[in-house]
Amino acid sequence: MTAGAVLRAALSLLLVALVVWPQAFAPVFAPFAPEGGPVIYDRVSLLSLSLNHLMLVAAASSLATLVAVTLAIAVTRPAGAAFRPLSRTITNVGQTFPPVAVLALAVPVLGFGAGPTLVALFLYGLLPIFENAMTALSTLPPRTMEAARGMGMGRFQRLWQVELPLAAPVILAGIRLSVVIALGTATIGSTVAARTLGEVIIAGLLTNNTAFVLQGGLIVGLFAVLIYDALTLLERRIARRAGASRRG
Amino acid sequence: MPRGLSPPGLLFAALGLVALALPFATLRANRIVAGEGVFLWDAAGPGVVAVALAAMIAGLALGLQAARPWWRLGGSLLGLAGLVLVLSRGAGRLLEGAGDLARVSPAAGFWCLLLVLMMLMADALSTLRPGPRLRLVLLAAVLGALALVLTSGALSELSIMQEYRARAEGFRRAAIRHVALAFGSLGAAAAIGFPLGILCHRRARLRGAAIPVLSFLQTIPSLAMFGIMIPVLAWVAATVPGAAEIGIAGIGFAPAFLALLLYSLLPVVANTVAGLNATPPAAVEAARGMGMTDRQRLWGIELPLALPVMLAGLRIVLVQNIGLAVIAGLIGGGGFGTFVFQGLNQTASDLILLGALPTVVLALVSAIVMDILVDFARRTPKRESA
Repeated sequence: MTAGAVLRAALSLLLVALVVWPQAFAPVFAPFAPEGGPVIYDRVSLLSLSLNHLMLVAAASSLATLVAVTLAIAVTRPAGAAFRPLSRTITNVGQTFPPVAVLALAVPVLGFGAGPTLVALFLYGLLPIFENAMTALSTLPPRTMEAARGMGMGRFQRLWQVELPLAAPVILAGIRLSVVIALGTATIGSTVAARTLGEVIIAGLLTNNTAFVLQGGLIVGLFAVLIYDALTLLERRIARRAGASRRG
Repeated sequence: MPRGLSPPGLLFAALGLVALALPFATLRANRIVAGEGVFLWDAAGPGVVAVALAAMIAGLALGLQAARPWWRLGGSLLGLAGLVLVLSRGAGRLLEGAGDLARVSPAAGFWCLLLVLMMLMADALSTLRPGPRLRLVLLAAVLGALALVLTSGALSELSIMQEYRARAEGFRRAAIRHVALAFGSLGAAAAIGFPLGILCHRRARLRGAAIPVLSFLQTIPSLAMFGIMIPVLAWVAATVPGAAEIGIAGIGFAPAFLALLLYSLLPVVANTVAGLNATPPAAVEAARGMGMTDRQRLWGIELPLALPVMLAGLRIVLVQNIGLAVIAGLIGGGGFGTFVFQGLNQTASDLILLGALPTVVLALVSAIVMDILVDFARRTPKRESA
């Protein structure tokens, strides 16, 4: 087993323990809690907050992936070419919008709760995925495309069997970026009353309870790092497979 | 499709017509209650509405011309002028007899029209591909027009401007703090990141150690990062002699600054390494052949050639930091985030806008300016290194 695998396993165990048996960590966080104040966040179970947080991110990211990849396929077809410069500009400009501002701007329209958070996560998540998918689909090796056409593959066959598999690693890199941003933005979502792990940190900030801040920060941070790591591994595996089929 | 029509232009025209039929403004009895929508044709006097409507429809129609991007740009400006006209004339009229506490805010129709017209402008510009100098002129013109509209008092009846007037001094302080946080951490990141990047370029082992650590820092969600900085800096202030005197404390400016700095290092270091790696080996070889020392080669050849990529790293950092500095509002670090989170607490949507809109404008303008700088840097080094 490599050092990376050991570290990965240890961090995962630590994360599970922090979420499922938070009381066990009371002695660790106790020095940071205010005199006589609560050490471990127990207003809501950390497990339910974590699941809520992850579900929000998963829902927003899968919807964003679906829409972004569809749009990217559309603008890389000849019929959608007129929209390509525009879509490039929109992704460039859109990514300068701060995620927090997108979240805050969604509130006047959608009210408080999970709704605006979901919309903000979705809208913001679109951009990196769309950008990567568009780049990947428009820079495929011309020879491979020529060969696919020469083999008599139809347009849909080419898309499903050649273009998307070859573009998958780059698209996945976009998804990874988008998921990491979504995990962070969902944390801020608790300021608009979405039930996420940010609640623990905010509660700590409001009551000057550093123990809460550390506890929430540690859990969110571990989730982000481990998910990022898992997606990187997946990406490498898919890239290897795409590389193998490209050679074969 | 008829020839000569721009497909995006058609899309904008269709979206624009739909947006015209949405409520244009909201009239509320006070700053926090729910309001009622006012449609465009009721939002101002009939004469004003007719002129503005004509301007917007003409603008969208000009946007249909595929072959004439300048007309399309003009169309978007014409439409925007119509939009501002209704808003400035309409606000005062709607407030008449609506009570002292009544507020008028732009509603979905206005925002959608604004978005459509801005997209038309963006589409025209992406076809025109103006050079950096022209882009700078256009940016200055747009900002000048915006400043003129805001200072002329034409929009002073709007709720967001009333929120501004109620805290003009606080807004000025927040703006200064926001800029100080974003640009200060940018400066610090450049001061640390450029030398670190150069070292990483030369020593593969350092690169192998530094880049993963910096990427790890980037994945930590911002709220968690800001939160974790609080106990760290409180500890520093309590234990390091003199730290508290120079303003280091657990809450406020210092933790926000440090969190932003940590996020900034990866783009700066990674882009410095990428820029230096991309310098053509022939140029470095030639410099070595000319008998240039290591230091001469770095300053005279490698850095000027890597400059555009290094600046692109700074652009990423600047845009990212302007956005992240909003979170500082949660830990007493000031900046525009103060208004965003106050507004969220009071459910006062115009106060949220007062914090969010300047942040968006600041990020957008910084991104455009940095892009222009990158373009300039791409052009000059050839002459300098010759």
